[in-house]
Amino acid sequence: MSYWTNSEQDLREMLNVIGVKDFEELIGNIPEDLRFKGDYNIPDGISELEARKLLESLAGKNQPLIPFAGGGAYDHYVPAIIDEISSRPEFYTSYTPYQPEVSQGNLQVMYEFQSLICELTGMDVTNASMYEAGSALAEAVLLALSHTRNKKVLIPSTLNRRYKKIIETYLRHTETEIIEIPHKNFTLDLSFVQKNLDDDVACVVVQNPNYFGFLEDVRQINVFREGKKALLIYNYDPISLGILKTPGEFNAEVAVAEGQALGNPLNFGGPYIGLFSVKENLLRKMPGRIAGETLDVDGKRGYVLTLQTREQHIRREKATSNICTNSGLLALRAAVYLSAMGKNGLKKVAGLCLQKAHYLAEKLAEIPGISLASDAPFFKEFTIKLPVATEPVINKFMEEGVLAGVCPDRENMKNHLLIAVTEKRSVDELDQYVKIMKSVVT
Amino acid sequence: MYTKLLFELSKEGREGHPLPEIDVPEKEITSLIPKEHLREKSADLPQLAENEIVRHFVELSTLNHHVDKSFYPLGSCTMKYNPKINEQVAALPGFARLHPEQPLQKAQGALQLMYELQEYLKEISGFTGITLQPAAGAQGELTGLLLMKKYHQMKGRNREFILVPDSAHGTNPASAAISGFKIKTVRSTASGLVDLDDLKAKTDENAAGIMLTNPSTLGIFETQLKEIRRIMDEVDALMYMDGANLNALFGIVRPADTGFDVMHINLHKSFSTPHGGGGPGSGPVAVNDKLKEFLPVPVIDKDGEQFVLKEDLPNSIGKVHSFFGNFAIFVRAYIYLRIVGNKGLPEISKHAIVNANYLKAKLKDIFEIQYPAPTMHEFVVSAENQKKRGAKALDIAKRLLDFGMHPPTIYFPLIVKEALMIEPSESESKEMLDAFVKIMLQINREIDDNLEVVTGAPHNTPVRRLDEAGAVKKLNINYFKHRQ
Repeated sequence: MSYWTNSEQDLREMLNVIGVKDFEELIGNIPEDLRFKGDYNIPDGISELEARKLLESLAGKNQPLIPFAGGGAYDHYVPAIIDEISSRPEFYTSYTPYQPEVSQGNLQVMYEFQSLICELTGMDVTNASMYEAGSALAEAVLLALSHTRNKKVLIPSTLNRRYKKIIETYLRHTETEIIEIPHKNFTLDLSFVQKNLDDDVACVVVQNPNYFGFLEDVRQINVFREGKKALLIYNYDPISLGILKTPGEFNAEVAVAEGQALGNPLNFGGPYIGLFSVKENLLRKMPGRIAGETLDVDGKRGYVLTLQTREQHIRREKATSNICTNSGLLALRAAVYLSAMGKNGLKKVAGLCLQKAHYLAEKLAEIPGISLASDAPFFKEFTIKLPVATEPVINKFMEEGVLAGVCPDRENMKNHLLIAVTEKRSVDELDQYVKIMKSVVT
Repeated sequence: MYTKLLFELSKEGREGHPLPEIDVPEKEITSLIPKEHLREKSADLPQLAENEIVRHFVELSTLNHHVDKSFYPLGSCTMKYNPKINEQVAALPGFARLHPEQPLQKAQGALQLMYELQEYLKEISGFTGITLQPAAGAQGELTGLLLMKKYHQMKGRNREFILVPDSAHGTNPASAAISGFKIKTVRSTASGLVDLDDLKAKTDENAAGIMLTNPSTLGIFETQLKEIRRIMDEVDALMYMDGANLNALFGIVRPADTGFDVMHINLHKSFSTPHGGGGPGSGPVAVNDKLKEFLPVPVIDKDGEQFVLKEDLPNSIGKVHSFFGNFAIFVRAYIYLRIVGNKGLPEISKHAIVNANYLKAKLKDIFEIQYPAPTMHEFVVSAENQKKRGAKALDIAKRLLDFGMHPPTIYFPLIVKEALMIEPSESESKEMLDAFVKIMLQINREIDDNLEVVTGAPHNTPVRRLDEAGAVKKLNINYFKHRQ
């Protein structure tokens, strides 16, 4: 017995009312040769107690390390109120607000989330969330292709490779020419951008801080964009916007981010949340749900899903995207996170990341043989060059319970290490990191 | 008072979260990052005490209808009960604190869970290959369609269109379009099945395949799958199954055995993971041998006793998720499957089907049923008759809200006029179904006795009918653009 409600006795009564003698009669229209007659090769059902023990033992086979790894997933502190609020069944056992009169909680949260992300990014409008950064970026590129009707896109070599692969998957069947912008010393080769940014380009994607942690010269890219149709698709780190210049200030047409850092656990890579914002003029091309303010028949303020004529359930094959279910619960968590941090708190968190990352970088660079990969400024993540291969270094750190970082997914970087430092890392952990590193490379 | 917007509650100087003090020597920010990279002015995020934030969101939460409160028969959404153990095990530190770049030898439990979940889903669907990457059903559709595209491309041809029945979910044509296909819509017969003559007429050498939801959105099992397979085989086209309604098939039919080549599975529907107010879901895609080599990378595999990731699949379509998919959702679906077990799964579908048929039997005298075929786990009634008497499907839906019930899906599928699409799921008791019927009977009477109470509904909800056209006309989707 598990999770269905009615008893055998109930079923008999119900079958009686239906007017059939047994369940088989109800499904008698299914042709015999389509029926499944066997038993599933799946273990027998177990009790909740046994299942909990089983899951605890599986969880026990994973060893959470102290993460200095980033690369798109960050170990920021998750304030206690977030789990408390998002574990309310009113939020997590409801669904898409198809009936706004009994979904005002979710709809108002969507509106607040959209507004918070707009204020954070300096963008005009934000949707109610996407799945995660990679596919959100791919949809941003599709938007640029459809808006400009151009067929070339400039994708940076300093973009997270995982995102690039998703963009390629989404674009493979289109006739899009993907041009990769090379990098010089871990930031984009601007002369290449200048040369290739012509009138046939639909968009330039920039990840800033880039995959290696370093800041790009977006201002210069904008100079090359002047008078051209190409949109700027700006991939940001939401925590960094506590102090860094916003996509809005950089005049981005589309701003996309991985929002996991806003109050969500690492969860081995998912569920995460794609943040998607655009300038006002692209509003009707934007994928995803949007909540808007309105009034009810009594003149009371309320919220509804709006501009739904962009969406698949109305427009079908003419929709701006096929997205339906998104990351609603994580949008709630992001809204609670940004409220808890508030105006000063987010700045402070960003400041802590910045200071600690630079403290660690400086100490590491003092170790003979180790150098920062670039002298470009960075925020909370940076790449170093090691005098030895990275993989054994990561393994050594692992023995000490530390996840040293990520070996960049690039052929020629087998002795590089991408390190992320969040506000969670104490000075003791940073000093211990330096100590382990010294012992490993010398 | 706390239902005001966060921004209206905000007051200069309040703090919501105690943050640590800096424990490394602090440097001037501009000495670390040149000024031109810094934002000019801080984001005007709300300033609230923690207790105020909690009250705000708790008060907002009370405005929601949800599964843990009452009936939620939203057709094709499978709003079943979400077991509480799911939530607790998903939060175990060994899962929640695991970084996706963690070296695999220290993440074996996570890989084992994914591997076994894949095996179970393959067993249930009958397929031989699977990816867990897609983050939701619609992304599963996209993935499946890209696999189909690749299949044809590997045979050196560029198939142009996908066949989609007129009863399909909106995501089907939208996913086909985003995958670069044109769409040909296939008619349904009077009994709610695929019109084979129309299908034959529309199928040619340019067809990539057909997307079918089975049972269909009408809750009707497509009995002509063999014939459809034959028609597809004539032009080597493929069959995609939208698995939104898989909850009806456990122990009855395995999709792969019925002719399909590929399907997506909504873990947030059939496998009890919560809907989260609109996600996150999870949409694994299962395939047969024809499509296996094209699956997204990495593929989770077993090498002796070790679980490994295989990146080296030369014909893979690539990646659709940055990491492995919605892992914390896999944990929930996994424990659900372990508790329900092989014998429990058929019971799930049996109870879901009996519940739907019972409700249909009780409602068929009030509402017209336009497609009179046997019902699986959901059914669609038409409020045409009620509309003639003055109350549309929308009015009936709104009146249901006054009684604390969530209405069915309305105006879908598009081929039923004034549609109400009802899916009770196995979670509902006979008493709840009886209560729903009683309310429907009352509303049906009210249409004749007191029409305004129906057309003016809802009356008892946190807000009443909202001006949706006004929301578009005076668009306000960002507080900061609209504050005075």
